[in-house]
Amino acid sequence: MADHAVVAEDEVDLSRRKFLTRATIATGAVGTVLAAVPFIESWSPSERARAQGAPTELDLSKLEPGQMATPVWRKSPIYVVRRTPDMVSRIAGHDELLKDPKSENSDQPPYARNPLRSRSAEFLVLIGTCTHLGCLPKQRFSAGELYPGWPGGFFCPCHGSRFDLAGRVFAGSPASANLRVPPYSYPNARTLVIGADEKGVA
Amino acid sequence: MTVKTATGAPARLPERAAPKQGLWAWLNKRLPVDEFIEEQLTGYYAPKNFNFWYFFGSLALLVLVIQLLTGIFLTMFYKPGELTAFDSVEYIMREVDFGWLIRYLHSTGASAFFIVVYLHMFRAFLYGSYRAPRELLWLIGMLVYLALMAEAFMGYVLPWGNMSFWGAQVIVNLFGTIPGIGTPLVQWIRGDYGIADATLDRFFALHVAALPLALLLLVMLHLVALHRTGSNNPDGIEIKEKTGPDGKPLDGIPFHPYYTVKDVVGVGVFLLLFALVVFFKPNLGGLFLEAPNFEPANPLSTPEHIAPVWYFTPYYAILRAVPDQRMGALLMLLAVVSFLFLPWLDRSPVKSMRYRGWLSRTALALFALSFVALGYLGLQPAEGLYVVLARIFTALYFAFFLLMPFYSRIDAVKPVPDRVVYHAH
Amino acid sequence: MRTEAGRPRRALLAAALLAAAGAAPHGAWAAEEASGGAQATAGFGADWQSWHAANDVADMASVQRGARNFVSYCLGCHSLKYERWSRLAQDLGVPPRLLEQDLLPPGDKPAQYILTSMPAADSQAWFGKTPPDLSLMARARGQDYLYQFLRTFYVDPASQTGANNLRLPATAMPHVLSELEGLKRAVYRQAAGTAQGQGTQQVFDHFEQIAPGRLSAAEYAGFVRDTVNFLDYVSEPTQTARRALGVWVVLFLLAFTWLAWLVKREYWKDVH
Repeated sequence: MADHAVVAEDEVDLSRRKFLTRATIATGAVGTVLAAVPFIESWSPSERARAQGAPTELDLSKLEPGQMATPVWRKSPIYVVRRTPDMVSRIAGHDELLKDPKSENSDQPPYARNPLRSRSAEFLVLIGTCTHLGCLPKQRFSAGELYPGWPGGFFCPCHGSRFDLAGRVFAGSPASANLRVPPYSYPNARTLVIGADEKGVA
Repeated sequence: MTVKTATGAPARLPERAAPKQGLWAWLNKRLPVDEFIEEQLTGYYAPKNFNFWYFFGSLALLVLVIQLLTGIFLTMFYKPGELTAFDSVEYIMREVDFGWLIRYLHSTGASAFFIVVYLHMFRAFLYGSYRAPRELLWLIGMLVYLALMAEAFMGYVLPWGNMSFWGAQVIVNLFGTIPGIGTPLVQWIRGDYGIADATLDRFFALHVAALPLALLLLVMLHLVALHRTGSNNPDGIEIKEKTGPDGKPLDGIPFHPYYTVKDVVGVGVFLLLFALVVFFKPNLGGLFLEAPNFEPANPLSTPEHIAPVWYFTPYYAILRAVPDQRMGALLMLLAVVSFLFLPWLDRSPVKSMRYRGWLSRTALALFALSFVALGYLGLQPAEGLYVVLARIFTALYFAFFLLMPFYSRIDAVKPVPDRVVYHAH
Repeated sequence: MRTEAGRPRRALLAAALLAAAGAAPHGAWAAEEASGGAQATAGFGADWQSWHAANDVADMASVQRGARNFVSYCLGCHSLKYERWSRLAQDLGVPPRLLEQDLLPPGDKPAQYILTSMPAADSQAWFGKTPPDLSLMARARGQDYLYQFLRTFYVDPASQTGANNLRLPATAMPHVLSELEGLKRAVYRQAAGTAQGQGTQQVFDHFEQIAPGRLSAAEYAGFVRDTVNFLDYVSEPTQTARRALGVWVVLFLLAFTWLAWLVKREYWKDVH
């Protein structure tokens, strides 16, 4: 009488068994990965978040020269500065002190990849979070306000990063990229739309 | 490659030789991984004659995992509170990427849990799995069932639809039938003078933290108890009593790989049926998700026809069959508690229905019929013929338990074979 | 009683959506409802309780027509507070430009929810209750319920709104679709009394058209079906995606289960 329940007396095709086992495990693994997708996807910004991140508008006529407005777009303050001709003039002449004067390694739309980092000389539009670790740089617009020779710009109180009036980072700052520029456009002379440009909604 | 393995040696193939050094050895010196696998899987011998009814234990474990996983994710988006709960569920259904899928998996999983558990329990009735030496295993299993009922009820309240609200109202008021402390007890459970924000919030905490922990602990104990006694089988024979020279049961086979590969097939079939519901019939005709629950909770308007979710309806039918409030609640409680006494009510000399006579078979058939019929009646309005039928089936339901010491003893039995019955395919 | 001011704008929106949808004229489904048209001349509606919406959310043209119907006739009073304009445009294939220019109520943003402009306090005063939000109505009450509700309005001078309804007797909602459907009256017959035998009582028998509307009976039935179809979509906007994904999941699981069964069969060759 055959005693043990498990007795492989017959010829067992081991290679078939091995192949089928591996195929099943592989299929199961693929299934598990695919099943994980909905759970991972569920963490991305929801339709509500996307709706709240829709383009935001700013009435430029209320912004005085030399002043800054900070509307919020996608949970970040946006620095909109109406630069005076004097402020614009203080952007030039210190390229050698900057980490990325030509904005080659910084994040901005093509139309802001210029020395003034903006579509027009008058209005500067920046995402107001420091490219170092996300603190909010403070406005230090007056010449010499930080130290003698300071051309005016932004100063981050967290780790001391410094940016000029075009949002370009100074050498010696912990931040290595210029302040980011969001997509923006002017549907008319007095309105700024942040988050949408010719390419559509960001 | 074709190999003829030596007679008598378990052919666990493909064999993966555990490296005796390196990371695995390092790990095993500090954590008994190999021992655990050996004790619980490759060296755990299960009877070779498991049939269809033995799929549902592992499936219950699978559903538990599905519920925990989807539940954790739902908790990330759901907002308890009477002003936010309903909206947040719709937020999940519409605005969270794949939120609808996670929610349907969870709502379908709740019903699937009970389907699987009821079939798992019926298996115990069929083959006497609750009998000595497995009484404690059965009792722990019943505690899992009770915890599951509490978990399901509180989860049902969370979407804060109108059925959630009135379901909570009805069930919580059951506690009001306890003499003396009823009214203050109900108020204490609700934390307000009606089902309210406070009730919802505490049910949320219990549903997502306390009860899942209790469930996990009980399920673990259930498994530990199972592995101590070993599984019963359709013949109701203790395979440990017939061992070979190596001390292994002659009718046992290592759980891994034989039952793991078999259970995976069960998992596949189960997931197929599960997916059909989730993707094509998530309401399942109002059984899994009820239409009135798509209207927000309204304390001023009871839904026209109020019934609990299908898995509670057998007990609900018993509750309504009794024309006295306190007796009804008591009988309903008794209907659940009766299961606990099963190991001591059954006096048959054999375990499995296979070797019992017509008395036991008829009794079990009538009981199963009563359970299903009561489940159906609990969904119908409590009027006319439905009430009469509910009373008849309630009587049959309790007769099964009450008369068991008699009919199980006098019932004719067939001789039980020495070894399990198994036909290789 | 209705906000007349809102109407021209809604009509404009409706026309825009119609253009976006490239919707077929009502005649497209007239044939299918031909029997309904024949009934219109004689009495009809005796079987109203067995009317089925038989709508199909996969029929995008019908959902689009339903959206147009909703904007024209329902949005004046009812909101879809869980559905955003942008979501509607995306799911129904309305180009963003068209949505922005022609559909959005002035001042609303695409990302906003579809809300009625009628203040709740006004509707409370006019109808005695705030018209319910319709986002989930199709799931809560069922498509057939909505279909029967919109098709069983009849003239009832005793009612404050001048209309009553078979599906929801004493409804506070006026028959806002009467310009399309026309007016019909309920004809009753005497029926045997209740079990207690208190003589006879009036039982609804059939409808009789007493004034024509802009649409034939068949066209109106199609109009209602489209509207219900749209509300069905709104009640679960993901349902089309759900079914589409389900097919792949089931196919995958079939393959997996088949493989697992082959493995099981191989291993169990050991067991005797």
